[in-house]
Amino acid sequence: MKFLNRIKPEFWDHRIFSEGPYSSHFNFRRTWYAAVCLTSAVVLAPLIFMAVMDYRATRHDVESEILFTTSRLVSNTGRTLSYFLDERKSALDFIVHDNNFKLNVNPKRMEQVLENLKKSFGGFTDLGCIDHSGIQCVYAGPYNLAGKDYSDQEWYQQAVKRGEFISDVFRGFRHVPHIVIAVKYYPSEGGPFRVLRATLDTAKFTDLLSHLEIAGHGDAFIINHEGVLQTPTLFHGEILEKISLPIPDFAPETRVFEWVTEKGTPLVIGYRYITNTPFILMVVKQKEELLKSWESSRRELIGFLLISVAFILFVILWGATYLVNRIFRSDQKLIVSLHQVEYANKMASIGRLAAGVAHEINNPLAIINEKAGLMKDLFLFKKEYTGNEMLMGLLDSIITSVARCGRITKRLLGFARHMDVSIQSVHLGEVVREVLGFLNKEAEYRSIAISIEEADDIPLVATDAGKLQQIILNILNNAFAAMEDNGQLRISIRMAGEDRVALTISDDGCGIPETDLKRVFEPFFSTKTGKGGTGLGLSITYGLSEQIGGTIEVNSEVNKGTTFTVTLPFVAEEKENK
Amino acid sequence: MRVLLVDDEQELVETLAERLNIRGIEARWATTGDAALERVDQENFDLAILDVKIPGISGIDLHKKMKAKYPGLKFIFMTGHGSHDDFTAGSAETGADYYLLKPVNIEELIDKMTKLMTK
Repeated sequence: MKFLNRIKPEFWDHRIFSEGPYSSHFNFRRTWYAAVCLTSAVVLAPLIFMAVMDYRATRHDVESEILFTTSRLVSNTGRTLSYFLDERKSALDFIVHDNNFKLNVNPKRMEQVLENLKKSFGGFTDLGCIDHSGIQCVYAGPYNLAGKDYSDQEWYQQAVKRGEFISDVFRGFRHVPHIVIAVKYYPSEGGPFRVLRATLDTAKFTDLLSHLEIAGHGDAFIINHEGVLQTPTLFHGEILEKISLPIPDFAPETRVFEWVTEKGTPLVIGYRYITNTPFILMVVKQKEELLKSWESSRRELIGFLLISVAFILFVILWGATYLVNRIFRSDQKLIVSLHQVEYANKMASIGRLAAGVAHEINNPLAIINEKAGLMKDLFLFKKEYTGNEMLMGLLDSIITSVARCGRITKRLLGFARHMDVSIQSVHLGEVVREVLGFLNKEAEYRSIAISIEEADDIPLVATDAGKLQQIILNILNNAFAAMEDNGQLRISIRMAGEDRVALTISDDGCGIPETDLKRVFEPFFSTKTGKGGTGLGLSITYGLSEQIGGTIEVNSEVNKGTTFTVTLPFVAEEKENK
Repeated sequence: MRVLLVDDEQELVETLAERLNIRGIEARWATTGDAALERVDQENFDLAILDVKIPGISGIDLHKKMKAKYPGLKFIFMTGHGSHDDFTAGSAETGADYYLLKPVNIEELIDKMTKLMTK
């Protein structure tokens, strides 16, 4: 708060005095708001718009790139898998169509073929020949499966029906995950069909997938059409378990889609249905990991935006404050000088009016005076009137009253007379007494004791007596306003240095708080606002004392009183241009 | 002692003249500058009491004219304006012997007149 108070511009707490059609021109806070808001809107809106557009474009690019690389990876891997399976199926095809293939009669030959297959292609575990009744008649491999009946096995039935078949991964009799490739054929020596069956080790698959370099905590695996995992995964379940992700819809080509898990992790999933097999290749990546590369450029962009906005706002705030403050100050100066002119005019008018009234009244007063005087003379000099005490008393009272009126008109004339002349030599004590004359009645009613201490050696002061009168009157008015009834007003006149005289006016009124003391000479500073105070009295007084080369100082203590000290040069340095 | 009173307020000069007459001072009066000059020509006066502002002519000018014609004539000014200090300072300049402020106190006036005549 203290800091805010320190940087708060002058116009901030300015109250609006004027009402009317143009009063909004003097609402500086509003002007400031308008300047700040408009400039900010005009400058920041395009900047923020561009930044958002750039942000979105860059993000879109990064996301497209993620989708594209995922799609490419899935395509390539899918092609490799497809090729892997096709190659092995073709090998079996080749074997059964070889004329020399007499496996059914030669288990040794079967073992030889298996050995060859293992060597040249790899991935084969065993090889067997099943006759049309489903019995495995010849078997080569590590398990003792000769004579097994496969007639109720699905792969067997499918192979018989379709001529060839590639199975899902399953455990079967041997309880080890494996894939079966089966090819139906008719032996060249004649007779019913047979089925050549080879078992593929899933390790080759797993190998193939685990060697993929997938960014973003990626996971590549195969599922069948029912969503059962065919290869082990890193994050999405064990082999032969049902996958937790959705089974993607069939599509002839590679597809990529986004998916949010139940935990709220966004995933990028690429998949491909591998033709003529029950397999779907899936590559799953964590989107957030992939977006990490984009983080730094995003940070740079946001940082740049924030710094720009802060800098622009600072410049706008500073500029608006500076300009509005300048307008405010020049406005204040203008208003003060207008008020001073108005005040001077008012005082001059009052002076002229007072002089006019005084002069006009003086003549009838003189007549009353003389008539009453004549009546008194008649009473004194003509015998027939003498001795009437009551009439004499009445006449005396008329004459006394006329004399009192005469004093008032004289004072008014004296006061007004000073206003027309610029520089004249005056006796400072006389001027003070003259001004006090106007306040005597009030002082009497309120029992305010006024004391004047005047040093003996005060020379005449050559100054603008009109202005001096106004200075004294303003200070006295303030003192009277501050004092309670029965107050005490002390006025002293003494030398201040060799060529200056000091007039001190002290009251024992309510005093001015420390915080306000610095501001009492500021225009429009008033604690009497709403009670008829304009806050201009002391500001004008200050201006007037400057004009006649004087200085004015104030000391105050709350509840003890206030002292104004006006110091004047003996010879005024007229500062006003006339 | 013969005195001429000049002021545009007839009521004032008339009354003042009568008051002086009661006190044994022979006083005449006029309300314009011309009438005053005429009066001075017709009768002999020891003293003229002039208002500073008389219609048609200022008291100062009237004073100059009379002084030129009758150098022995003495003057007292009356005025409704200003403070005492001013006129004592001003009287040296105009050659007027005394200033009095309106409303005039008769005792003060007679006092000044006596002082002036015995000078």
